[in-house]
Amino acid sequence: METLHSILPELIRIVICAIGGAVIVFGNALVMGYAERKLAGHIMLRPGPMEVGWHGILQLVVDGIKLMGKQLVVPKQADKPLYMLAPILAFAPVFAPLLLIPFSDKLQGFDIDVGMLVILAFASINVLAILIGGWSSNNKYSLFGAFRSVAQNVAYEIPMLISLLAVVFMTNTFSLREIAAAQSPVWFVLLQPLAFLIYIVAMVAETNRAPFDLPEAESELTAGFHTEYSGMSFSLFVLGEYANMFIVCSVATVFFLGGSSGIPLPYFEYTGALWFLLKVYALMFFLVWIRWTYPRTRFDQLMNFCWKYLIPFSLVNLLITVVVVKLI
Amino acid sequence: MNVEPLEDDRHHRFVLNMGPQHPSTHGVLRVLLELEGEYAMHLHPVLGYGHRCHEKIAEHKPAKSFMPNTARMDYLGALIYNQGYAQLLEKAAGIEVPQRAEYIRVITAELNRIQSHLLWYGAYLLDLGAFTPIMFAFDDREHILDILEDVTGSRLTYCYHRVGGVSKDIDDKFVSRTRAFIERLRSRYTMYEDLVNGNVILQKRLIDVGELTPQICARYGVTGPLLRGTGVAYDIRRAEPYSVYPEFDFEIPTETKGDCMASFMVRYREIEQSLRIIEQALDKLPEGPSMAAKVPKKLKLPAGDYNSSVEAPRGELSYYLVADGSDVPYRLKVRTPSYSNLSTVPETCSGMLLSDVVSAMGSLDLVIPEIDR
Repeated sequence: METLHSILPELIRIVICAIGGAVIVFGNALVMGYAERKLAGHIMLRPGPMEVGWHGILQLVVDGIKLMGKQLVVPKQADKPLYMLAPILAFAPVFAPLLLIPFSDKLQGFDIDVGMLVILAFASINVLAILIGGWSSNNKYSLFGAFRSVAQNVAYEIPMLISLLAVVFMTNTFSLREIAAAQSPVWFVLLQPLAFLIYIVAMVAETNRAPFDLPEAESELTAGFHTEYSGMSFSLFVLGEYANMFIVCSVATVFFLGGSSGIPLPYFEYTGALWFLLKVYALMFFLVWIRWTYPRTRFDQLMNFCWKYLIPFSLVNLLITVVVVKLI
Repeated sequence: MNVEPLEDDRHHRFVLNMGPQHPSTHGVLRVLLELEGEYAMHLHPVLGYGHRCHEKIAEHKPAKSFMPNTARMDYLGALIYNQGYAQLLEKAAGIEVPQRAEYIRVITAELNRIQSHLLWYGAYLLDLGAFTPIMFAFDDREHILDILEDVTGSRLTYCYHRVGGVSKDIDDKFVSRTRAFIERLRSRYTMYEDLVNGNVILQKRLIDVGELTPQICARYGVTGPLLRGTGVAYDIRRAEPYSVYPEFDFEIPTETKGDCMASFMVRYREIEQSLRIIEQALDKLPEGPSMAAKVPKKLKLPAGDYNSSVEAPRGELSYYLVADGSDVPYRLKVRTPSYSNLSTVPETCSGMLLSDVVSAMGSLDLVIPEIDR
């Protein structure tokens, strides 16, 4: 990016980064939407989408067109401005973190000193979107989903942050690129296995994915916070969810899996992104896999697990890290 | 539809209307939940959305022609409902059923029981948020439906057991396919156990949830796997043996705790016992006719009271018939298990978390048309 930085004016750079972000968000939603349905199908001993295109490869395109053509139903009793705002709020903030992720040595929108904090800050706007969506729908199921989501996400942000802080203490920086670069001999997943495990659990809970999909537990709350949403307003929530999955998996890759490090390829400062994406999608596959395997946890168990196990363990892990770093 | 008015001190509670259309009520059941936070403090099941006056219909047509209606009461245990009704009329009219027909009835009824349990297994796990097991269970269930379709002609609402026997004899193909199915289902136990039964999340969701005691069961007339989950080995097939069940060697699976996990395991283990019964029945299958030689077209029912009980997948099914000497029953009362089982919900589920209400109601294995018959 240094070369780009010197040649191009700031404004054009921002435009390029925004386009790149949009490509990632929509491309990821297409890939993951298709992959999830195919994988779910194969896990369930059925073929998944097969009709549109070769092995249903165009299914998501058709679905997207269908969703765009659908009416945006606003319930009569809903709080209309907030109701329309919520999907936008769920979707829009995912672009900012994408600019900060170092896909490879040179493919990064902005490298700022507080990269990790910015990503976590933007990721937590999603909670607000869900709360607004659930509240303004004026539906009891939506409200339940929204409340569950807030309790869950607020609780799980703490172990997530603390487990990442352990890595920050080892590297002495919040900058994502420097953290990724600091793992050149050994990935932090080997040095911080407990932090990695805690992060993975918190990551599943943060993205509201099964087995922690309490906000949209369909057997209890029909569809949870997005019960009343239709058409594109519904799909914005879904797009936001997939983009959030991508972001949390990218953060896991940067912090624990060595970022773009891997077997060197030609032009590695750019093609390292392939390794990066491979790691991200391996984690995403893991998310899909557990979603279609496990039953849903109960809400109090979920919260107990966070407050009684994850937070104490992550604090102990942080303490040990600090002591070890200090001694070495 | 008589909904109890909410008392004054409850006015601050959040009333959630679960149903008539809700993913976890499996039919048109409506449950009013009074919630405090996530806790359901009080539940009112509201029945009657699927009421079709089956008992009244029975009083208006010849007793024999009521047979298809029995299948519509419990679409998952249709053959067992057929069997109970056929036995009732045979008892009333004094018709002897050939041995072969009795064996065929037992084989098909047990196949029906297995498919009911398999469907419950999948749907229950769907209630608990596991999406995959339902596909595995349906994969197995499909084989049963195919086998039964060949011999009965239908896949869900059978009318196969008739007064005096069964409508069509089984052939060698049925026998070999059933044996192949038994092999197949047994080979899949490890898969079910690895994927589902041993799962920690599942156990955390089911153990100590919705506990029943033998006393509660006695008060509400709870029968079937729920009662056996509390440690009472009450199964009509043993308690009041009917058909040729005394000739088979099978166990009545019981558990002691009475919670959702207990009834879960009872149902799961009953699948194996049903397979054992089918295996023995296929081995012993006698030759002979599959229909009694003389079944009068117009079935005169001598005046009197008749009763017939069978073990349906969900518990004790009883038909009680009052005949006045004509071929049309004076009154037919059907005692269906789900109705009694559901009536425990307000007592056992009060004060539960919303998610536990879903698991407790799912473990009742409700079939709504059987409640609202």
